[in-house]
Amino acid sequence: MKQFNTTDIPVTPRVKKLIADLFAKLPEIEADRAVLLTESYKQTEDLPIIKRRALAFHHILTNIPITIRDMELIVGSATKAPRGCQVFPEYSYEWLESEFDTVETREADPFYISEQTKATLKKVYPYWKGKTTSELATAYMAPEAKLAIEHNIFTPGNYFYNGIGHVTVDYGKIIKIGWRGLMEEAAAELSSINIYDGGYARKKEFLEAVIICCDAAVIYTKRYAKLAKETADKCPDAARRAELIQISKNCERAPEYGAATFYEACQNFWFIQMLLQIESSGHSISPGRFDQYMYPYYKQDIESGILTREFAQEIVDCIWVKLNDLNKVRDAASAEGFAGYSLFQNLCAGGQTKEGLDATNDMSFICIQASMHTRLPAPSFSVRVWNGTPNIFMIKCAELTRTGIGLPAYYNDEVIIPSLMSRGITLEDARDYNIIGCVEPQAGHKTDGWHDAAFFNMCRPLELVFSNGVDKGVQVGLRTGDVESFRTFDQFLDAYKKQMSYCIQLLVNADNSIDVAHADRCPLPFQSSMVEDCIHRGKSMQEGGAIYNFTGPQGFGIANVTDSLYAIKTLVYDRKEVTIGEYKDALEHNFGKGYTEKATRKMVTEAIDAIAAQGRRVSPQMVEQMCRAYLENSMCTAEQKQKYDKLLQMIDSVPKYGNDLEEIDLFARESSYIYTRELEKYKNPRGGMYQAGLYPVSANVPLGEQTGATPDGRLANTPVADGVGPFSGKDRFGPTAAANSVSMLDHGIASNGTLYNQKFHPSALAGQSGLQAFADYIRAYFDRKGMHMQFNVVSRETLLDAQAHPENYKSLVVRVAGYSALFTTLSKSLQDDIINRTEQTFNM
Amino acid sequence: MEHDILSTTGRIFDIQRYSIHDGPGIRTIVFLKGCALRCRWCCNPESQHFEVENMFFGGKNETMGYDVTVGEVLHSVQKDMFFYRRSGGGLTLSGGEAMLQPDFAIDLLKACHAEGINTCIETTAIAKWDVIDRFLENLDFVYMDIKHMNNEKHREFTGQPNTKIIEHAIKIAASGARLTMRTPVIPGFNDTVEEIRDIARFVHLLPGSPRLHLLPYHRLGEDKYKGLNRDYFYAGVPPMDMKRMQPLLRAAQLEGVECQIGG
Repeated sequence: MKQFNTTDIPVTPRVKKLIADLFAKLPEIEADRAVLLTESYKQTEDLPIIKRRALAFHHILTNIPITIRDMELIVGSATKAPRGCQVFPEYSYEWLESEFDTVETREADPFYISEQTKATLKKVYPYWKGKTTSELATAYMAPEAKLAIEHNIFTPGNYFYNGIGHVTVDYGKIIKIGWRGLMEEAAAELSSINIYDGGYARKKEFLEAVIICCDAAVIYTKRYAKLAKETADKCPDAARRAELIQISKNCERAPEYGAATFYEACQNFWFIQMLLQIESSGHSISPGRFDQYMYPYYKQDIESGILTREFAQEIVDCIWVKLNDLNKVRDAASAEGFAGYSLFQNLCAGGQTKEGLDATNDMSFICIQASMHTRLPAPSFSVRVWNGTPNIFMIKCAELTRTGIGLPAYYNDEVIIPSLMSRGITLEDARDYNIIGCVEPQAGHKTDGWHDAAFFNMCRPLELVFSNGVDKGVQVGLRTGDVESFRTFDQFLDAYKKQMSYCIQLLVNADNSIDVAHADRCPLPFQSSMVEDCIHRGKSMQEGGAIYNFTGPQGFGIANVTDSLYAIKTLVYDRKEVTIGEYKDALEHNFGKGYTEKATRKMVTEAIDAIAAQGRRVSPQMVEQMCRAYLENSMCTAEQKQKYDKLLQMIDSVPKYGNDLEEIDLFARESSYIYTRELEKYKNPRGGMYQAGLYPVSANVPLGEQTGATPDGRLANTPVADGVGPFSGKDRFGPTAAANSVSMLDHGIASNGTLYNQKFHPSALAGQSGLQAFADYIRAYFDRKGMHMQFNVVSRETLLDAQAHPENYKSLVVRVAGYSALFTTLSKSLQDDIINRTEQTFNM
Repeated sequence: MEHDILSTTGRIFDIQRYSIHDGPGIRTIVFLKGCALRCRWCCNPESQHFEVENMFFGGKNETMGYDVTVGEVLHSVQKDMFFYRRSGGGLTLSGGEAMLQPDFAIDLLKACHAEGINTCIETTAIAKWDVIDRFLENLDFVYMDIKHMNNEKHREFTGQPNTKIIEHAIKIAASGARLTMRTPVIPGFNDTVEEIRDIARFVHLLPGSPRLHLLPYHRLGEDKYKGLNRDYFYAGVPPMDMKRMQPLLRAAQLEGVECQIGG
C-alpha cells in the first residue's frame, strides 16, 4: 500500500492577503492588448495569417505593461488591475462597443471600464470592421442555420464571439525544456522539411511563427526578471527583498531553459497558463493533471531537503490565487450563460497513470489542501476516481466537499476511459485523460476538442413539433405535419426525431462555419506549439494539427424532454385522457398561468414598440394593464384556467424521471440517444467527428427564458432541467434513487461529458461515518456507470441569507453546473434556481 | 413444505433510502406500523397505531400505513444494492416496533439474507423472548433502545415498564449479537448526568460491553401530531443543545462505555 502525507497544513497570512487584494474591487477592462494587436496587424497586412498572429503576439508581449502585485510569490499578470481583462477585437468587438455603458451595471459579471479605455477602444475598433472571425463565420453560415440561431434553437455564441480555448497543452514538457527547447524543436523540424514538399510553404510559415512566439515568451519572462530585480532594489523590507530576488532568478533562466526546482516549475507553469490567455480569448484553458507533472519536482526537492512541504503548499496556494487573477468579459447574454466570472481552468488530481496504476501522490493532497485554503472559483478542481483510488483520497475529497465550496467534481475513470477509446483514442492516452472546462474529458495535449461547441436546447425541437416547425410566425424547423393529425405516439415521436435531426444538421453547419473562420483568421501558433502533433505536422490546431480532433456541442433539457414525451404518451395516446389538440392549446396558453416578470417586461416592451411604430401613443395605464394581463395571464378565462389546472394535475400524477422507476428511466435513455447518436454521424473541418455532451453549464436558466411551456408541466420562460439530473423538485426519493435514475442514461456515449449536480445538506457529511458514506455513495454511482458528480453542500437558510445580505457572503462559493462560482455574483434567477433545487433530506 | 416467504404480508408506513445513521453504511429503513410504547417525545407518532390512519402533512392528506408483501418490500430494498455493496450497508427494520409483526419481519430479513443484503433492527425489545430469539438468528446488527433505568419514570413517559426491556438487553447481549444500545436524550425525562450515568453503567456491564449512542431530542415530529389531531406533550420544547449534550457524553464515558452523540 502507498502511504501519503495527508497532515493538514495551515493557510498563511500571505495567501489570505493575496485573496483579499484580488477581490477588493470590481474587475476592470483594459485596452493595452487591443491597441498593440491593432498596431501590429496594420504593419503586417501583406504576410500570411499565421505569421501575422505570431508577430502580433511578439509585439504585445514586448510592450504590454507588466506588474508584480504586493507579496506575490508567483508573478505574471495579464492586466495592471487585479482580476482585470484584456479584450480581443480579432474575434468580435461590436457587442462590447454597444455595451460600453451597461457593462458596469449589468446583473451578471459586471466590469468597470474607464472613459479613457472606452475612448482608446473606439479608436482601434474601426480597423476591425469586416476582419473578425465572427463576421467571417456569419458569412460562411447557411441561412437556415442563422435563422435557427436567431430563434434560439441552439447557440454557438461562445466560439462565435471568442477564441476556442478548451485545451490542455503539454505543461510538463514545456516546464522541463523551456521556450528555448521548444524553439529548437521547431527549428529542427524546419531544417528537415524538403523544399520540394507540397506543404513546404505552410509548414515553413507555421514553424517560423512558432519560433517567433517562443522568442516573445522569453522576452516577456525576462521583463519580469528585470522588474522583480528593480522592485527588490527599491524594497525597504529585507524579507520581501529576498523574495523578489528569488522571483527575479526564477524568471531569468527557467522559463527559457526549463525548471530545475519545484519553485521554478511552478513559475514556469504560471507563465504558460497566463500567456495562453493573452494569445486568445478562449476560456477553459485547463491545467490538466497538475499533480502528475509537478510531483517529480516536488519529490526531488523534498528528498534533497531544499523544499519544505509547507512552502510547497504556499506556492501552490499562490498559483490557485493567480488562476483567479485572469478574467474575461463576455457579452451580456453569454455572461448569463457562464455566470460567475469563470474561466473554467480545470485542474485534475488522482486517477491512473498511462500504465493503469494508481496515480495518486502527495501533490494530489496538496491540491486538495490548496482548494480548502483559497476557497475560490478557480481552479475548477476535478478528481479522477477509479476502482483503485485510495480511500484516504476519497475521504480528503469528501472533506473538501463538506466545506461547501462545490469542489471537487468527481469523475469516473471506469466510464470515461472506454468512452474515449470508443472515439479512437489509444488506451495509454485515454488513461492519461484530464478534464477540460466544465466536465469534458480529453486526451490532454493531444486534442483539439472544441468542447462546449454550442448549447443545444432539446426542448425547442419539441415545441416545433407542436407548431409544425413554425416559431414566432417563421418556418424555422421542418414541416412535420399538423400535430393533431398524429394518431399514435410513434407518429409524434417520429416527428420529434425529425425536428431534432434537422436542427442538429443546422448546428453542425453553424459550428463548422465558425471552425473554418477560426482557421482562416485566428490560427494560434503559440498554443499549437505545445499540442502534439502540430510542430511535426507543421500546422496549427485550428487547421487540424492536433492528433485528436472533435467537436462537442452539449444538449440539455433531457429531464424535461423525457417527462414531456412520457406524459404525452401516457395521457394522450395510452390513457386517452386528453387530446393532443387540448395539450397544444394548454401549452400555447402557458397552462393558464401568469408569465414571469422578466418575460412580461419583454413582451410588453415588444407590444409597446409595435404600437409606437404605428405612430400611436401608449398611456401608462395601458402599460400597467398589459403588464397585469401577462403577469396574471388574464387572457385566459376562468373556465380555461380550470381546464388547464386539471391537465397539470394529470401531468403531475404521471411518473417522472429521477425516482428510480425503470420504465421511465429507460425512456430517458432512449430520449438522450435522439441527440447523442444523431451527432455521431457528422464530421468537422479538422477531420474529426462530432461527439455529444449532456450538460447546460448554467445556460439552462437564460435559455429556459427563451423556451415556451413544455408538456411536462414546466411553465414558459422558466429554467429547464440542470445537467442530466431530474427536473427541479421532481425527484422525491432521495439521493440514491435520483442517482440510480441518472445512471440509467448511457453516459459512455456522451463522450463530451455529462454533468450531475446534487445538493447535500452538511449534516449528511458529519463525522467520519458521514464522510465515508458520502465517498461510498459516489463509488456506488460510479459502479453503476455514472460519469460525473458534483455537490453543493450548503443549507437553504445560508443561501437565502446570502441573497438578502450579499455583502456578508462575498466569498461564498457554490457549484453551478460544472464549475464553482461566487454565489453573490450570480443573477437573482440563477440564485433562485440553486435555492429551489431539491434539497436532499436526511435523518437526524 | 416451506412457505413462500416473498408472499408474507405486513403493514408499513414508510421506506427511507440513504439512511446513514441507523446501522453501518448506507441503508434502507423499512418502518413497520404499530408500537407497544407511547413515548411522549416520539417523532414518528404515525408509527404508533397499527390501524391505517389519515395524516394531514405538507399541505395534503396522506394515508399512513399500507399493506405490502415481503416481495414488494424486497424489490424496493434491492434498488440500492450498489450502495450497500460499497458501504457495507443494508436493510434496517424500524417502526413502530418491528417485532410486533414477527412473521412478516422475519421473512423480510430472510429474503434480504438470501439476496446478500445484511440486516439490522431498531427495537424496543419489549416483545416476548422467544420472538426476539427468532429475530436474532436473522439479524447482523441490533440497535436497541434503553430509555431510563427507573421503572416508574419509564412507565410514566413511555407507557410501559422497563423490566422486560432490561432483562432482554442482558439476554441479547449474552447471545453474542452485534449490539448497539441507544438512548434518546429527552428534556425533563433523562437529561441529567445522574440518569445518563445510570444507563451507561448498565450498558457497560452488559456482556460484550456494547457501544452507547446518545441521540439528542429534536422536534421534527411536531407537525405530524397536528396532522394526526393529537396533542404533543413536548410542544414548544426546543431541541437539545449540543452544549448540554457534552457533560452527558463525558458522564457516560467515565463509566467506561464507548459512547458517541448521534447514530
